[in-house]
Amino acid sequence: MNATTLEDDGWTVAGRRFRSRLVVGTGRYKSLEETAASIAASGAEMVTVAVRRVNLSDPNAPMLQDFVPPTQYTYLPNTAGCHTAQDAVRTLRLAREAGGWNLVKLEVLGPPPFLYPDMAATFEAAAALIADNFEVMVYCADDPVAAKRLEEMGCVAIMPLGAPIGSGMGVVNPYMIRAIKAQAKVPVLVDAGIGTASEAAFAMELGCDAVLLNSAIAHAQDPVRMAAAMKHAVIAGRHAYLAGRMPRDYRADPSSPTTGTIR
Amino acid sequence: MTDTSLAGTRTAPTLRLTVNGEALSLPAGASVAGLLDHLGLPRRKIAVERNLEIVPRSLYDETSLGDGDQIEIVHFIGGG
Repeated sequence: MNATTLEDDGWTVAGRRFRSRLVVGTGRYKSLEETAASIAASGAEMVTVAVRRVNLSDPNAPMLQDFVPPTQYTYLPNTAGCHTAQDAVRTLRLAREAGGWNLVKLEVLGPPPFLYPDMAATFEAAAALIADNFEVMVYCADDPVAAKRLEEMGCVAIMPLGAPIGSGMGVVNPYMIRAIKAQAKVPVLVDAGIGTASEAAFAMELGCDAVLLNSAIAHAQDPVRMAAAMKHAVIAGRHAYLAGRMPRDYRADPSSPTTGTIR
Repeated sequence: MTDTSLAGTRTAPTLRLTVNGEALSLPAGASVAGLLDHLGLPRRKIAVERNLEIVPRSLYDETSLGDGDQIEIVHFIGGG
């Protein structure tokens, strides 16, 4: 095995190639400076962003794009806060005008306390967005039937939750994540629920193409260091998946030769 | 809610707008470009919606505002 075979040539979504398999959110940081430093440390090339009203009383307030330049990162506008298909389509049309691209993250959420994906509304919004030429990366339930249907509708990436948004509970249903990946012909990302580096690595070991997370970095005690940890976790998890783990056995299997011992 | 009127005289007709949920008045005939200038908003990476219709950036100058228009001006902020 040489260094060339250890390269990971990255992943492709909607014809765009990314080397980093970590996609990070830009929300919940203490400051825009901390946002910028954390995202740089994460090595991410794609970042999710929200679409909100400009603050008219302070038009010269610092803007995200001054700290996380869209020339350097692929912005993935989201539909956070949208609870209907109409709201999601309206929000992303504005995002397309503001940013000039059509690769988007669709999320239509149910009510607190779980903010679980509202799949009926998600299907409706996905159909409307695809008809309007958007390339839709879709946040969804860890439901292989729903995931397959979204893919057949034309979604460009399937993004089942590991656990509820911001919960930090990790990948609580790894069997279904693996099942969704096994049947998919488009990239599968675990989106939401990751709390620490081992959980990001675990998501990658399941075979996912990438991981999307936000709070795990933003709400760490030291976000920049956690961002670096996530970068390495995703790389490690990908290599572990490609390497293929050894079989499990409850019995021991000696690592040292059992012959040639001294008498 | 503040009214940042540019022209409040009786003789000059004004447009009463709602911009991002706030009442605002501008002289009749104002365009989207005039509104953005009045607000002091940089045009980079914002999007404007007028009565639920997107106004393309290339049409800011030539798009006249009407009395009672509902305007939304948005940009990207941090989000997950």
